[in-house]
Amino acid sequence: MMRLPLFEFRAPRTLDEAARILDGQGPNTMPLAGGTDLLPNMKRRQQVPRTLMSLRYVEGLNQVQWSDSASRLGACLTLTDVAEDPRFRNGMTALSQAAALVATPHIRNMATLGGNLCLDTRCNYYDQNYEWRKAIDFCLKKDGTICWVAPGSRKCVAVSSTDTAPALIALGARVRLVSRSGEREVTLSELYNNDGINYIRRRPDEILVEVLLDSLHGWKSSYWKLRRRGSFDFPVLSVAAAARLSRQAVVEDARIVVGSAASRPLVADGASKFLLGRSLNSETIAEAAGLAARIAKPLDNTDFDMTWRKRVTAEFVTYALRELRGDDMHVERGSLTRHSFE
Amino acid sequence: MPIQKDSPERPAKDSPASAGEFRVIGVPRRRVDARAKVTGQTRFADDIFLPRIAHCKLLRSPHPHARIRKIDTSRALAHPGVYLVLTGKDLPIEYGILPVSQDEQALCLDHVRHVGDPIAAVIAREELTAFEALDLIDVDYEILATISDPEEALATPEPRIHEYGEEGNIHKRVALEFGDVEKSFAEADEIFEDIFFYQGSTHLPIEQHAAVAIKDPEGKLTIWSSTQTPHYLHRALAKVLQMPPAHIRVSATPNGGGFGGKSDPFNHEIVVAKAALLLDRPVKICLTREEVFYCHRGRHPVLMKFKTGVKKDGAITGMHLQTLIDGGGYGSYGVASTFYTGALQTTTYHIPRYRFEGCRTFTNKPPCGPKRGHGTVQPRFGQEVQLDKIAEKLKIDPADLRLRIVESPNTVTANYLRLSTVNLSECIRRVVKTSDWKEKFRKLPEGRGVGLACSAYLTGAGLAIYWNKMPQSGVQLKLDRGGGVAIFCGATEIGQGSDDVLAGIVAEVLGIDTFDIRLFTGDTDLGPVDLGSYSSRVTIMAGNAALQAAERARELLAEAVAIRLEVPKERLRFAEKSVFDSAAPEKRVPFHEAVCLAEARFGTIGTVGSYTPPKSPALYKGGGVGPSPTYSYTAAVIEVAVNPLTGWITVPKIWIAHDIGRPLNPPLVRGQVEGSVYMGLGEALMEEQEFRRLPKKLSHALVHKFPSMLEYKSPTSLDMPEVVTELVEEPDPRGPFGAKEVGQGPLLPIMPAVANAVYDAIGVRIDEVPITPEKIVKALAEKRAGRDPRYGPSHFPHVDWPEALRVPPPWEGGDGNAVNDVPRHSKPRPEKEKVLSS
Ligand SMILES: Cc1cc2nc3c(=O)[nH]c(=O)nc-3n(C[C@H](O)[C@H](O)[C@H](O)COP(=O)(O)OP(=O)(O)OC[C@H]3O[C@@H](n4cnc5c(N)ncnc54)[C@H](O)[C@@H]3O)c2cc1C
Ligand code: SF4
Repeated sequence: MMRLPLFEFRAPRTLDEAARILDGQGPNTMPLAGGTDLLPNMKRRQQVPRTLMSLRYVEGLNQVQWSDSASRLGACLTLTDVAEDPRFRNGMTALSQAAALVATPHIRNMATLGGNLCLDTRCNYYDQNYEWRKAIDFCLKKDGTICWVAPGSRKCVAVSSTDTAPALIALGARVRLVSRSGEREVTLSELYNNDGINYIRRRPDEILVEVLLDSLHGWKSSYWKLRRRGSFDFPVLSVAAAARLSRQAVVEDARIVVGSAASRPLVADGASKFLLGRSLNSETIAEAAGLAARIAKPLDNTDFDMTWRKRVTAEFVTYALRELRGDDMHVERGSLTRHSFE
Repeated sequence: MPIQKDSPERPAKDSPASAGEFRVIGVPRRRVDARAKVTGQTRFADDIFLPRIAHCKLLRSPHPHARIRKIDTSRALAHPGVYLVLTGKDLPIEYGILPVSQDEQALCLDHVRHVGDPIAAVIAREELTAFEALDLIDVDYEILATISDPEEALATPEPRIHEYGEEGNIHKRVALEFGDVEKSFAEADEIFEDIFFYQGSTHLPIEQHAAVAIKDPEGKLTIWSSTQTPHYLHRALAKVLQMPPAHIRVSATPNGGGFGGKSDPFNHEIVVAKAALLLDRPVKICLTREEVFYCHRGRHPVLMKFKTGVKKDGAITGMHLQTLIDGGGYGSYGVASTFYTGALQTTTYHIPRYRFEGCRTFTNKPPCGPKRGHGTVQPRFGQEVQLDKIAEKLKIDPADLRLRIVESPNTVTANYLRLSTVNLSECIRRVVKTSDWKEKFRKLPEGRGVGLACSAYLTGAGLAIYWNKMPQSGVQLKLDRGGGVAIFCGATEIGQGSDDVLAGIVAEVLGIDTFDIRLFTGDTDLGPVDLGSYSSRVTIMAGNAALQAAERARELLAEAVAIRLEVPKERLRFAEKSVFDSAAPEKRVPFHEAVCLAEARFGTIGTVGSYTPPKSPALYKGGGVGPSPTYSYTAAVIEVAVNPLTGWITVPKIWIAHDIGRPLNPPLVRGQVEGSVYMGLGEALMEEQEFRRLPKKLSHALVHKFPSMLEYKSPTSLDMPEVVTELVEEPDPRGPFGAKEVGQGPLLPIMPAVANAVYDAIGVRIDEVPITPEKIVKALAEKRAGRDPRYGPSHFPHVDWPEALRVPPPWEGGDGNAVNDVPRHSKPRPEKEKVLSS
């Protein structure tokens, strides 16, 4: 079997202690939440921290605080918590759907929300074990000098593969990051770079502590994911859409996010703006879908053919907007993801 | 029941069979190994831990094709915790599963043929230490040009991947002709020519291969391994280690799935055996999933060209099939696979004249070999899709067309396969009925469709892998005074239920419960040889051997009990754990007492049974591949839903009917059918053993695209549709209690039925697997552009075929020999064939 490299293990009880452990360590010490991304990566020698610092025992990280004006979701909530708690429906439906579509039930029981937001970018040339990567002489993202997806590129184009980030961006989420030197709040969409290596603006000494959401009263949201099978698979395209509709079903505010089509979730500003003041009829949806799909630039480093992924992006935006409008999408849901959310 | 012309009718003995009532056979039962498996107590090879155990890791080639100039292991050997480093020099003797392809070395001596080919082994105290030490082995390679597919292999005779074979990088080329096919085309009303491609796929057993070897306290070798073929591993170990076979014990641990992927002797098994002998310590290896992809031996990618002539009414006048096969880096079962791509075309529909040419090439990829349906799956796909096209052109319903041309039972086909029972028509009728075919075909709304396909499969390969005149399976029984019965047999439990088959048969004959039976199987020290769990041979061969042994034991018991009860032997019945007088059932002795009576009279009660398949009338060279005691038949109807915008395809429901002869344990039979459907759907829709070549200017790499269970897409339970299984029961006189195979056959119709259903749904032909949304979208674009609404290969490269062996079919005066070859046997002797059960 594939073995983990040896590492030192720390299990702080408080946030202060955790921040102190990370201080000044750089990538040598990494936070460990559910471990469902980090541990397989370590087995493949993609990341080889000398020290793992568990977040599991740190007080207060797996709580939810609800209020009328805002809610705070602890970073160590498991995806099962998020997917199964009915309070994450209504305005937050996109988040609940995204969490429910991650990986498998077993993984969701371990996987955390914070870990999902920090998830490493993915690429078929990179998510391979050490010997395989040696056989291609490695690549830019780890141990090598060339990007095999785009050999002319100086930049890694590995794919942002988190399900919850596009959903939370569509919901306007912010995150709170804590380090020994202090703390800051960042709009979630600002947390990411379109760069497969430096994909996240979290410093190695920062702990993502919670996700902050303003009131979503009057909002509806929806998340659609492309994957080959009914379970296990990472998204290779996703669409999150959120909108506030007036009584006359006119769009008062909207955010559309396209996931897994670049090294970061892409905010489809043009499409979102286009929707403002319009009602979600077929023409509007078609126009918005076309606008949103334009920004997707899938490359040949995931499952499915890249031209096909590009081609079906508009369809996925359409599904999401139709669901917001209130169409019955059970058949499409069932056929695409083998899930039909009640 | 149809009786074989050449087989003596079975005498109606005092068997429960002739009593017309079974208590074990055909009754749904919990399988004998269920408890252990469900409670996690089954001990797989990787569960074996022994004191002082050392762990082995293999250094594998990072290059697809290279010569090894030099290996320096000194740094690895010096690494703390490392006990031993082995290289090719330590195990230079070549081996391979087929006598004609002894082309593997446990560790490559000087030539690596694919990424993942093993070069050296490190044995260390910890697995992690062994892994780290791999990086300390210095290998100096000379890079060679890489061959990635058969077309490239045909065009690139040098450098040769192997020094043997036909020429260049052609491993095997065969040509056979049964009657003048050109003439049959001249007589046809319509001729159809189609090219198909069947992508390679891998077995993906949940259990990765693992093995533990020890030098036992006496100084002999014992190896526990997840192998489907302990007997063949035994032979390979004796050869490579140059040890007397009597000093080697191979014990097959229960396999966590095999599907053909554990049927070759493997390098890692030989390596741990050698290391255990040298170190005098237990040595263990458990492959990673990636390494299993490198062992592979899975489905060969095959390009096929079918030319078929038909009459207006659908009757086939002749067929010409060419196959071009991607063999990967070694021979494995490849010569047999090559013949198999042309062997079974004649078993389903009457084909009066048939020509087959097949060519297997070497490429720099992990070797291909036998996967469920071995070699017959690919051409079955082409044949069944082409029939769908023929039916459409002739304006005949595809089910009706097939019903018109189904081959008759008890026939010898054009290529001299002797069929026994053939219930394909009944299978077709059943699925047509249960699926409501007539209401659906060409009648469902756009985007919805149904497709139908059929198939046949061997119930055990007629010949062993190495030529010999001995039985292919043997069973010993030991009956003890307490009423317990022990079964000793080389048959290997790979999850398919072979232990349950043995226990069920013996229990039925002796009138006891399967729980009274202890099984000692898959162990070369304990039981007589059974060739292994492949070619759907265990139920018929080990089953018939067990039946014979059990009947012999019953005979001894009956004789002793008859004397005690003072009733004629013929009146005795064995049931309910007793032996009683059928005329006066209260006159009885308990089974254990019957054993004691027999033991008092005859001494220790032990019997043996064995099975040798009937001689085949196919006497021509190459005729050894294809014959089987009998064939199973399957028909399937599949419904698909296709989104015309995205090409997204789903399968909501499947109806399948299988000609089983008789189900020995019906839930297990259904399980095999459903498992086949599942595996077939994977091949139909997503599975691909795909390779990636990096830009040649920058790299010579040729790597498996995604050797992981996450990215090698195989369906999950959520992707599995509803399956309606029908079992068609007509006991076959050659099977134990009439049973035929079920482990492989039901897979075959799935892929073509999906393709045919896609056509019914949206009017495009996908002439290759997997059938993916991308391909559907491309074919739809062709359709919209007014071109051929099809996605698939368009040309078949030129191959220098050898002169065909010409074998006139039986109805043209042939005797099974080729007219342009030396006769292999003077005349097929009318054999007195052993048929062991009703
Ligand atoms: C078979 C399989 C399928 C998968 N499928 C999907 C899928 O469909 N969709 C998907 O989105 N993901 C998928 N994943 C990835 C992973 O399971 C999830 O993304 C999961 O949410 C990661 O959370 P975790 O708690 O396990 O993270 P970990 O593995 O513990 O951590 C991931 C990374 O985040 C860092 N980190 C974790 N928590 C914090 C924190 N609070 N502050 C700062 N840094 C932190 C870690 O240091 C590490 O770098 C899959 C994984 C597997 C093995
Ligand atoms: S995108 Fe390029 S650099 Fe990044 S992981 Fe893939 S191959 Fe490596």
